[in-house]
Order: sequence, then structure tokens, then C-alpha cells
Amino acid sequence: MSFAAILFYLFGALAVLFALSMLLNVHNTVAGALSLVVTMVSLAAIYVLLEAHFVAAIQIMVYAGAIVVLFLFVVMLLNLRDDDFAPGRQRLVRVAGALVGVFALAQFLRWLAPGLPELPAVPAGFGGHRAVGIALYTDYVLLVELIALLLLAAIVGALVLAKRKLDS
Amino acid sequence: MIPLEHVIGLSAILFAIGVVGVLVRRNVIVVLMSIELMLNAVNLAFVGFNRAWPGSEGAPSLDGQVFVLMVIAVAAAEVAVGLGIVISMFRNRDSVDLEEASLLRW
Repeated sequence: MSFAAILFYLFGALAVLFALSMLLNVHNTVAGALSLVVTMVSLAAIYVLLEAHFVAAIQIMVYAGAIVVLFLFVVMLLNLRDDDFAPGRQRLVRVAGALVGVFALAQFLRWLAPGLPELPAVPAGFGGHRAVGIALYTDYVLLVELIALLLLAAIVGALVLAKRKLDS
Repeated sequence: MIPLEHVIGLSAILFAIGVVGVLVRRNVIVVLMSIELMLNAVNLAFVGFNRAWPGSEGAPSLDGQVFVLMVIAVAAAEVAVGLGIVISMFRNRDSVDLEEASLLRW
């Protein structure tokens, strides 16, 4: 097994472990958000192993640096306490939810087993900022403009939703 | 060499954890985090498949990675609006429990 493969399994195990810790931690939402950070950083490491260097940098900056910080701000702003969620949702819903997830996963993994190609060698510059930038601003320039519009709309929407009423 | 099956399998495991989080948890913020986890699982699949079909020398094919960047931008927008809704919900009913948010008005 090559060094890259060992690193892949290491970070994959880390990602799954901390995703589970986010899912199962019912008492502390802040710890859940921090577990999510570990998952995101592990995924960024896996992106590097898969030659997607620019995406890995963006993953750390946007997810670990911005989105999870936003989650933490809101959790601390709302000042949630442990006992807010004390009496659990009906047991049936929990069991059914877990079963749906496990069943879908098992079916997918069974279907997946054969038939995927070996990873080939990559061309020079694959996944670097230069190649990704050229792809973004030539083939996908319309998509970039649409994303800019979407982000503007999201900023306005978030401000309208979260601001206090001015007249009260 | 990393087997592509294992990359896609890892992506499926993370996606399943996200699905279970959305179905099982009652805290709106944790549900939003589970949605982020699902988006990340899809991103991993995109990156893995792009790595398997990287294009030729001098003309790299980066469609999968461009899609990942778009998904990240959409996720950022979704979190901003989603957390805005969470804050206004908390203001109106003093709770972020999904069980209490079953009415479409107020």
C-alpha cells in the first residue's frame, strides 16, 4: 500500500469518526460544530491526495473558515441549553431514520463493488489554481456570474430575515 | 494508489451520516450541519470522479472541480439564509426545536 493510500484511509477514518461525533453529540452544539471542522479539514486533505489542490484550499477557507464560524456565531448568539431537547423525539422516528440511512448505504455499496477504473496519471497542472481559473473564466464564465448574483441575493435575504424589526 | 471505489464508498458513508442526521435530530442547527455534510460527501464524489477522468496532457478536464466550487458557493448562500431563518424562528418562538416549527404561519 502506498503512502498516499495510507493517508487516504487515515483521513477518511477521521472524517467518518467526527461526522458520527457530530451526529451523536446531543448535548453540546458547539462541540458538534467543531467536529464538523475536523471532518471538513480531513476532506480537504483527501482532496489534496486526489490532486485537487485549489479546491482543497477553498474547502478550508470557505467551510472551516467561514461556514462553521457562522454556525458557531449563531449557536452562541442563541445561547442554547442542554435541556432544551431533553425529551427525545419518538423512538420510532429515530429507528426509522437510522434504518433508512443504513439501508441506502448498504444498497449503494453493494452496487458499487465492481466496475470503476483505476486512477490514471494526471496531466501537468491538473487541479492547480491556474488550470481551475482558466476553466472557470472561459468555459464556465456564465456560471460564475450566476453564482455572484445568487450570493448577492443570499446576503440580502439573510439581512432581511435576521434583522430586528425597525418599528418595534 | 487510491482505489476509486473506496473514495466513492467514503462519500456514500458521509452522505448516509448526513441523511440520518437530518431525519433523526431535532435541533435545527444540527440539521443544517448535516445538510452541509451531505454537500461535502457529494463534493468528494465529484473530486474523485474528476481524478479518474482528468483529461489529456495540455487540455486538463476540470468540470468536476468547477462543480465543487459551485456547490461550495451554493452551500455558503444556503447557510447564510438558513441561519437567518433560524434566528428569526428563535426570536418568534424562543426555541430551535424542529418539533415546534410545524406551523407555516407565525
